[in-house]
Amino acid sequence: MSPTTNQAQAKQASLSKNNQMSNNEEKTVEPATAVKMAAHDVDFYYGAFHALKKVNITVPEKQVTALIGPSGCGKSTFLRTLNRMNDLIDGTKVVGKISLDNEDIYDRKVDVVYLRKRVGMVFQKPNPFPMSIYDNIAYGPRIHGLKNRQQLNEIVERTLEGAALWNEVKDKLKASAFALSGGQQQRLCIARVLAVNPEVILMDEPCSALDPNSTFRIEQLMEDLRKEYTIVIVTHNMQQAARVSQQTGFFMLGELKELAATQQIFTNPTHKETEDYVSGRFG
Amino acid sequence: MANTLSASHDVRWQWRQTTNRIMLSLCSLGALLAVLVLGLVLVFLISRGFSSLNLNFFTKLPNHMDERAGGMSQSITGTLVLLGLASAIGLPLGILGGIYQIETRGRFGNIVRFFTDVLNGIPSIVIGIFVYAVAVAPVALKNPGTGYSAWAGGLALGIMMVPTVMRTTEEMLRLVPFSMREASLGLGATRWRTMWSVVLPAARGGIITGVMLALARIAGETAPLLFTILGNEYLATHVVHAGGLAITLPRSDAPIDALPLRIYNYATAVDENQQHLAWAGAVVLITLILVFSILARFATRGKVLEEK
Repeated sequence: MSPTTNQAQAKQASLSKNNQMSNNEEKTVEPATAVKMAAHDVDFYYGAFHALKKVNITVPEKQVTALIGPSGCGKSTFLRTLNRMNDLIDGTKVVGKISLDNEDIYDRKVDVVYLRKRVGMVFQKPNPFPMSIYDNIAYGPRIHGLKNRQQLNEIVERTLEGAALWNEVKDKLKASAFALSGGQQQRLCIARVLAVNPEVILMDEPCSALDPNSTFRIEQLMEDLRKEYTIVIVTHNMQQAARVSQQTGFFMLGELKELAATQQIFTNPTHKETEDYVSGRFG
Repeated sequence: MANTLSASHDVRWQWRQTTNRIMLSLCSLGALLAVLVLGLVLVFLISRGFSSLNLNFFTKLPNHMDERAGGMSQSITGTLVLLGLASAIGLPLGILGGIYQIETRGRFGNIVRFFTDVLNGIPSIVIGIFVYAVAVAPVALKNPGTGYSAWAGGLALGIMMVPTVMRTTEEMLRLVPFSMREASLGLGATRWRTMWSVVLPAARGGIITGVMLALARIAGETAPLLFTILGNEYLATHVVHAGGLAITLPRSDAPIDALPLRIYNYATAVDENQQHLAWAGAVVLITLILVFSILARFATRGKVLEEK
């Protein structure tokens, strides 16, 4: 009982701290935080196709980093290298170094299963399991060995609240997850990731299959989530990047053209290509 | 003007139209004949066999003094035991093999698929002889008078189940969207855990259908049983003590009976009464197979989502 209370208090504390921060965040640049993940000279190959070229990026802790760029520019590919999701595809190769808390995630000693527990992922299309809402959330904690019914109940409630879904589903936790709307399913998928208590959440165009209203809710949610989690989001929607992120990276043809504070990318980019893209001249 | 939409003057068009009609009629005829054959078999079976069906048929052993007072209870039990044993052997092999083919996209998977396809085409009598050679004859050599057993029959039928079960398992697992797998792996699940907790349950309906069809197929097999179970007009049982309870179970290491084998034996007998019993047995057998087929349809309709 007490650990959860502590967590709740900690959450409360961080909530208030960040709220003060967000008041003047429009003007000033965010205070420099610790680097959570970093990529150093990362090249990526699908067979012979050179999909990422010498990508260098740092992901600050408890901030939202947005990755934008035209289709096929490698931003999703890069996102998927951050929790080694690309390992599932045959014939892929990563060169360079990607670290999580200064630990090389492509080191031979790294257990991918444990890495993915720490770096969770929300996909483009909501992909709930064919189970009840409750079991969808409980799946993660269960695979990591939690059996206690009461603790599971707590996690389900806490994460569904965290994903702003609790009020809509609390009376039908035993119903199939497929009965939910697309937006609700996506929030369920976010709650499902929260339930394994990751440190980083990767989001691969999480709103592209959703209507504007659901998109709005998920963006609000991200604003809350970044108080506790580091978020990297790939998006095609530049307004979305501008709204939710503190740092933005612009990808083009497999290269990271520019990485800067979001405000700077959208108002005063260094590169011509970035400016052309964010002003809608192409892409 | 009134003639422009009429094609009566166009010989080529009329020819196309005629071909069209002929081919469609042939298709209908083909479909009709297929259904008709099944219908005739059913009508014929029921008209010949139904009159010999009574309660005794299900509860009594054969009675050669008065066939009407006897039945085929040992064959019905035997067939069920054999189906159980075959499932115990064929299901794990088939399902695990199907999972293997999905999980490893390597060359060996293709080889496995090819060989199971070949296995599917092997005549059932050959499988019967094979099991006789490896499981019946060696035992009989060591202890004369033994060898034929329910296990041997179950093994033969189990081998016959493997290709069907493996194929359907593989196909049904392939239908589960990759995104579901990704979601589970993305939460830090292992591949096996993902398969066991997410992919397999999602494909469960289809796999059950495959299993039912495989059971329906082997339930009627006679040839592999000729060499393996011998047949038995009694039911060999033994008492198993479990948790203070004494349960009478059929012996799996003794010759056992099966419906198709008994039908074969009685249908070729001189005694007319036995021939009647064979007809009745055929009705029971086909009903059993029909039940499996219907269950197979239900399994896919039910899908996975209503659980809990």
